[in-house]
Amino acid sequence: MDSNPIVLKKIYKNFGNVEALKDISMKTNSGEINCILGDNGAGKSTLVNIISGVFPPDKGDYRINNKQVGFLGPHEAIRAGISTVYQNLAIIPIMNIYRNFFLGNEPLKNEYFKTIDKKFAIDTTIKQLKRFDINIEDPKRSAGTLSGGERQILAIARALYFGAKILILDEPTSALGVKESNKVVEQIFLLKEQNINVILVSHNIDQAFMLGDKFFIIKNGEMVGQFDKLETSAKSLRTILEK
Amino acid sequence: MLFVWVFFAVFAHNGFLSVQGTKSYLEVSSEIGILAIGVALLMISGEFDLSVGSLIGFSSMSLSLLTVEANLTMPAASLLTLLMVIFIGYCNGMIVVKSGLPSFIITLGSLFMIRGFTIAVSKIIIGRTQIGGIEESKGFSVMATIFSNSLTISGTDFPISIFWWMLFGVLGYFLLKHTQLGNWIFATGASQESAKLMGIPVKKVKISLFMLTAFCSWFIAVTQVTTFGGADVLRGEQKEFIAIIAAVIGGTLLTGGYGSIIGAMIGALIFGIVKQGIIFAGVDADWFQVFMGVMLVSAVLVNGTFRKKYSHG
Repeated sequence: MDSNPIVLKKIYKNFGNVEALKDISMKTNSGEINCILGDNGAGKSTLVNIISGVFPPDKGDYRINNKQVGFLGPHEAIRAGISTVYQNLAIIPIMNIYRNFFLGNEPLKNEYFKTIDKKFAIDTTIKQLKRFDINIEDPKRSAGTLSGGERQILAIARALYFGAKILILDEPTSALGVKESNKVVEQIFLLKEQNINVILVSHNIDQAFMLGDKFFIIKNGEMVGQFDKLETSAKSLRTILEK
Repeated sequence: MLFVWVFFAVFAHNGFLSVQGTKSYLEVSSEIGILAIGVALLMISGEFDLSVGSLIGFSSMSLSLLTVEANLTMPAASLLTLLMVIFIGYCNGMIVVKSGLPSFIITLGSLFMIRGFTIAVSKIIIGRTQIGGIEESKGFSVMATIFSNSLTISGTDFPISIFWWMLFGVLGYFLLKHTQLGNWIFATGASQESAKLMGIPVKKVKISLFMLTAFCSWFIAVTQVTTFGGADVLRGEQKEFIAIIAAVIGGTLLTGGYGSIIGAMIGALIFGIVKQGIIFAGVDADWFQVFMGVMLVSAVLVNGTFRKKYSHG
């Protein structure tokens, strides 16, 4: 099976005079949950944007599956199997559930008139969400009627259905209550069995430690520590972060 | 809508319910309705076009000048005008998506530029702001057959624009509800950022809709010119607002992302029923504006509640 590792070597990124990222090197593998930890403004988002193709690094080497990549936009990254679930932008609340699920990838009934195959879209949405323990009877409901956790899971289910091998989750539970948060955590954990390379961006250290296999700590644009789960603890991660 | 119709059916019995009465409000509705279909689609994608009214004036004048003064045939003049108008729509769209400024302001500017330009150029060329005598131009009858012919139903001539309106409505409904582009229009208006992240070409979607509203203006202009045999620089004045009112009464959100073509058509129908119904009822026509204002505000209040309900978070 493809292991789809991501390898970053000596990545640099500046915005004007601000050094957003300095000398970042890291490796993540499939079937692992890789946590990127850091305070607001530490450079997590910049790193995520480079991995997901929003903008290229100024300097450095970015490889997937041992092949060097230089994405010109998020769409190229998606084609290469990298999907990103953003905390606020994942789902459009005012659109219905199945239209959200197939947004930008509408199944067509007629190639010439570009008509949407609604029956297929609806059936597939129900089926795919069921795999993630969400039972939707009516996918014509607006997505805004889903709970916060269900929306995150909908975005994850969608990414996987469209062939994501590498999944970047940007603060997937930060806006959620405990119960909703647990639902999402449970589904993220199950992604390991599907051999997905999960990159989890978080500032919730306890949750990340519970879920993660590897931890990358970023401070002021620099990588200040990389650990496997066995060689660290939530307590020592926190000490490094807050030092 | 039914309420409005029943209201006038009761109070305007002299003629409102007759075939003639029906024809008269359908004719008024069809003109606004065709415009409202384009405007509603654009609004669903999150933008406004205030230049549609001035484009009607521009098109009707350009069309007339090209035939009467430049001796072009009517179909050729129409086609040339269409190209110009579509290009103006394209420019509106380009400026909006490139600058990221509110389309409300950009197209308000276009409204004044186009209206002013039309008046100034007509004065330079013919020294007046009105023109007639287009019936004599070559190919007029062909264009008149397409745009302002009548179909006779139970003894009354129904203008063909009513049928064009229905056809555009069906096409617009189909586009919005059943095609990929329709899905993209909804998504672009609901959340441009999310849509962009899902790989939707939001800029292209918006530009093409600005071109569509421009096309609708042109269509109305040709209908008017072939009906009246002349043009006036002030044609289409305030139509931009009425088209927006029709779309909003029909449930289209001002913030984009939600709306319906059927709704916009009903909005236009209400406009026609009230406008003609008031005359049939013998009420002073000034009350018409009051009524439309009340309808608009009520519709916005209802739509606002709807949006809050579905877009929390």
